[in-house]
Amino acid sequence: MTQPILTLKDVVVEFPGLRGLKGLMAPPEQRHVQAVAGISLDVQPGETVAIVGESGSGKTTLARAINGLVPLAGGEVWFDGMPLHERPDWHAVRRRVAMMFQDPSGSLSPRKTVRDLVLEPFAIHGIKLDDPGAKAADLLATAGLGPDFLARYPHQLSGGQARRVGVARALALDPAMVLADEPTAGLDVSIQGEILNLLNRIKAQHGLTTVIITHNLNILRHVADRVAVMYLGRIVELGEVEQILSTPAHPYTRALMAANPEPDPTARHERITLKGETPALNARPSGCEFHPRCPVARPECAERAPLLGPTPGAGQVSCHFPIHKDEMNTA
Amino acid sequence: MTDTLTIERLSVRYDTDKGPLEALRDVSMNVPAGQIVGVVGESGCGKSTLISALLHLLPENGRVSHGAIRLEGDNIVGAPPRRLRDLRGRDMSVVFQDPMTSLNPVLSIGRQMRDIQYRDGGSRTEKDRRSAEMLGRVGLPDPDGKLSFYPHELSGGMRQRVAIAMAAMMQPKLLIADEPTTALDATLEVQIIELLQELQRELGCTILFISHHLGVIAELCERVVVMYAGETVEEGPVADVFLNPAHPYTRKLIECDPGRLKQRAETLPAIAGSLPDLTDRPKGCIFRDRCDFATDACADRPDRYFVDDTHWAACHHTDEVRK
Repeated sequence: MTQPILTLKDVVVEFPGLRGLKGLMAPPEQRHVQAVAGISLDVQPGETVAIVGESGSGKTTLARAINGLVPLAGGEVWFDGMPLHERPDWHAVRRRVAMMFQDPSGSLSPRKTVRDLVLEPFAIHGIKLDDPGAKAADLLATAGLGPDFLARYPHQLSGGQARRVGVARALALDPAMVLADEPTAGLDVSIQGEILNLLNRIKAQHGLTTVIITHNLNILRHVADRVAVMYLGRIVELGEVEQILSTPAHPYTRALMAANPEPDPTARHERITLKGETPALNARPSGCEFHPRCPVARPECAERAPLLGPTPGAGQVSCHFPIHKDEMNTA
Repeated sequence: MTDTLTIERLSVRYDTDKGPLEALRDVSMNVPAGQIVGVVGESGCGKSTLISALLHLLPENGRVSHGAIRLEGDNIVGAPPRRLRDLRGRDMSVVFQDPMTSLNPVLSIGRQMRDIQYRDGGSRTEKDRRSAEMLGRVGLPDPDGKLSFYPHELSGGMRQRVAIAMAAMMQPKLLIADEPTTALDATLEVQIIELLQELQRELGCTILFISHHLGVIAELCERVVVMYAGETVEEGPVADVFLNPAHPYTRKLIECDPGRLKQRAETLPAIAGSLPDLTDRPKGCIFRDRCDFATDACADRPDRYFVDDTHWAACHHTDEVRK
């Protein structure tokens, strides 16, 4: 096996919880909430790992922690042999780790033209270009936009076009890895396909390693090699994409996959509806943190937290009573 | 029996700097009593304008230029303000996309629910009892206690349940749900869908459910109306429309949904091109420029072509599309 390009070891990200006098008087564990609570993950070069989870699961925070946009409270992040947890030269790191932000129009300055926007990375990194105009047109072409877009401003772009400009900017410095935060959020279905095709094509051409953060389960199969499912800041299941989709081992993964209505009126599959909602980060349940909502929880689940262990299908799952393949049809 | 809602050739026009913009053109649909009818379409198809027009809440530069909106047979287009005030909230109510902005953050849930019962007699205690009953019905734990809560004290899913309780409270003839699950996570989306189904069964609500999510429509609705660029292009029973679409746009849209593909696709389908400029509508069929079936015949605007009694599409080539 090759050396992973990205290694996360017990990554923890904390945000301040109670502030002021209340914070001083509160027990230490309530002064901070852990948005990311000990995540370990290896990403191989050229691989695409999708991180899925619902709001508040910590998936965006994890991506931001990798890129140094939020500080780590614990753990290690290694990128291509560099320890990113030891105050690296972020300027140099971000030349090689590009970020595609969730809100495409919000991440583009409204006062700059598309030309300036795609050339901005070069300016930030002090790179002199022989022919900036040609480079800009070139980058836009890679992202599937014609040169007539160079003079436009962000408000003159549709959601899909803004997303393409975001792709062009991310690719400008020829990075080794891209962190794509919700690449399809806010896009119509008819355009989603175009953006995902673009990402897949670029990945293949440049041998890019990609980490995709998404809550859109429909796209997983088409973009990801492996999937990590997050709940309350932890990975509850990790595995190959087809295995996660067809034989999920964690009850949460299973409920999440089943909660995805299919555009087929004849499909009337049995669905496990989860009780309640995701608990708050400052009120983590005891034992297995999923047990209050879990359809198959037993008494010991409230007492003992499960560890991430191997599944029969070569993945990893943190559950005392994972679902086995043979139970899938009977349960 | 009269349909709860009938829209006949409704057109809505906005005055803009670039000239008049026809946001809706000849929109027609029927919503039979007691059914859940879905309206599906992408950004810019006119879903929001349709809701504003139904409630007569169009912005100042917008007006209904043509057509009729019939609520149980009565045309309400141009009705006097008094009648409209009676309609909103009592005969027609809406559940909006974002429960955070549709609930008033500085009033308690109980106060807001009392307010919407302003037409009814009864004491404050009586109204609170009815509110709590409704909150219980939509699945809020401890409904009596929740009356003193403020919206920020509830989670997103709970807030949307409150919004649904408020909309269903007056037992409206028509409940309009405007993308009510879009702001919610998948596991909550399912809970809300099941709640709407339950309400429809128990209270016999008629629901107009607006969404861009084909999967949700397929699961929840009996009939579906497909909109594109301000026009209704197809209408029919969900199973017919999804399994055997008669309009090229519907067919493309369903093909594009990655949830449909059970195998990894190297290239995902997409609809090439973009929406036409509605200030300068192209002549002929609205979908012509992006359509694989387009011929010279499409230079004339197609009328509704009935595939059978309950299923129609606005297309000259319906037969080929269905092959």
